Amino acid sequence: MHELALTFSIVKMAEKAAQGKRVVRLTLVIGKLAGVTTEAIRFCFDEVARGTSLEGAVLDIIEPEGRARCSGCGAIFSTSDPFTACTCGSFALAVVQGEELMINSIELREAA
Amino acid sequence: MCTDCGCDGKTTAAIIDLSDPHGHDHAHPHGHAQSPDDVHAHAHDHDHAPSHGHDHPHPHPATALVEMTARVLAKNDALAQRNRAWFAGREILALNLVSAPGAGKTSLLARTIVELRSELPLFVIEGDQATTNDAERIRAAGAPVIQVNTGTGCHLDAEMVARGLARLRPDPGAAVLIENVGNLVCPALFDLGEQSKVVIFSVTEGEDKPIKYPHMFRAASLVIINKIDLLPHLDFNLASASANLKRVNPRATMLRLSARTGQGMGDWYDWLRRQLAIAREGAFA
Repeated sequence: MHELALTFSIVKMAEKAAQGKRVVRLTLVIGKLAGVTTEAIRFCFDEVARGTSLEGAVLDIIEPEGRARCSGCGAIFSTSDPFTACTCGSFALAVVQGEELMINSIELREAA
Repeated sequence: MCTDCGCDGKTTAAIIDLSDPHGHDHAHPHGHAQSPDDVHAHAHDHDHAPSHGHDHPHPHPATALVEMTARVLAKNDALAQRNRAWFAGREILALNLVSAPGAGKTSLLARTIVELRSELPLFVIEGDQATTNDAERIRAAGAPVIQVNTGTGCHLDAEMVARGLARLRPDPGAAVLIENVGNLVCPALFDLGEQSKVVIFSVTEGEDKPIKYPHMFRAASLVIINKIDLLPHLDFNLASASANLKRVNPRATMLRLSARTGQGMGDWYDWLRRQLAIAREGAFA
């Protein structure tokens, strides 16, 4: 959902942080449970970056896997589906990893 | 703004005050969820020198890594917190009502306004891509209303709600019912500053709605199953719908009602009264 709007936000935030310098690499952290399709972010990125200091930048996306803690038995386990049941039968899971939606870093070209 | 809906992310929302004879204000362009002011970029020097240990040195363009660790939704979330504080300071209950198009949000609000307006002050923010049709219905029912037209946008964001509030000016102690754009996907990601999200789904939609749109149902405090007067004509299985909801959100309250006939509306009014009491007490908690 919302990948184009999110890409606009990401590019704007990165441009501001770059303070006029050329961004050669942008590293995002988008968890597998964030509700964001990374393919769609990639699809939008080149177009959104055009004409900005991020044009042509390499886009790296780190995708942490989903991890959930069961409120029933306390177990912490990897999952791709936070709406599944724990092996103890409880559906009361709290996601502890995988919902990240962040800009991790930008790499800037230094003036020669 | 999102690839599901084809909206463009550069949308300009129009805030329309139906009580204003001059019509709507001309919204100034803004992209939502813009870069937050609190993004502080620390410039870090690279540890390694530009020249590597090669015996045939060749020029590399020098680069510098800037760690940002900035949440993409930080700006929206900060504005949502500002809205939340604004509501709390005025002991206002704010609810974010979401559903698929046609589930009956506006009908539910219209009946609620007619039946509760002598008891509670109700104000409405109506979100739609276009038209003031819903706002006209709400105004006819007797509540002050502001229409937010999102244009190509598929959801309301905190900034649109803030601008709507600036025109609506709800009374202290009131309930502000924010009717989001009909969409069970995109609004899940955008906090508006509400006390609770209410998801409405109707018996014509299928029992599996909660597991098809789990993010939205998981965020809800209350799930209303509407149009139960149609149950005799449908194969809709209430027990199955309830089990699907429990699976994605064991904590949500579920109510069944018909905004058309009024059946079950009393439970919704009781829930609203309890939420209003929480909003009033919460300001001092």
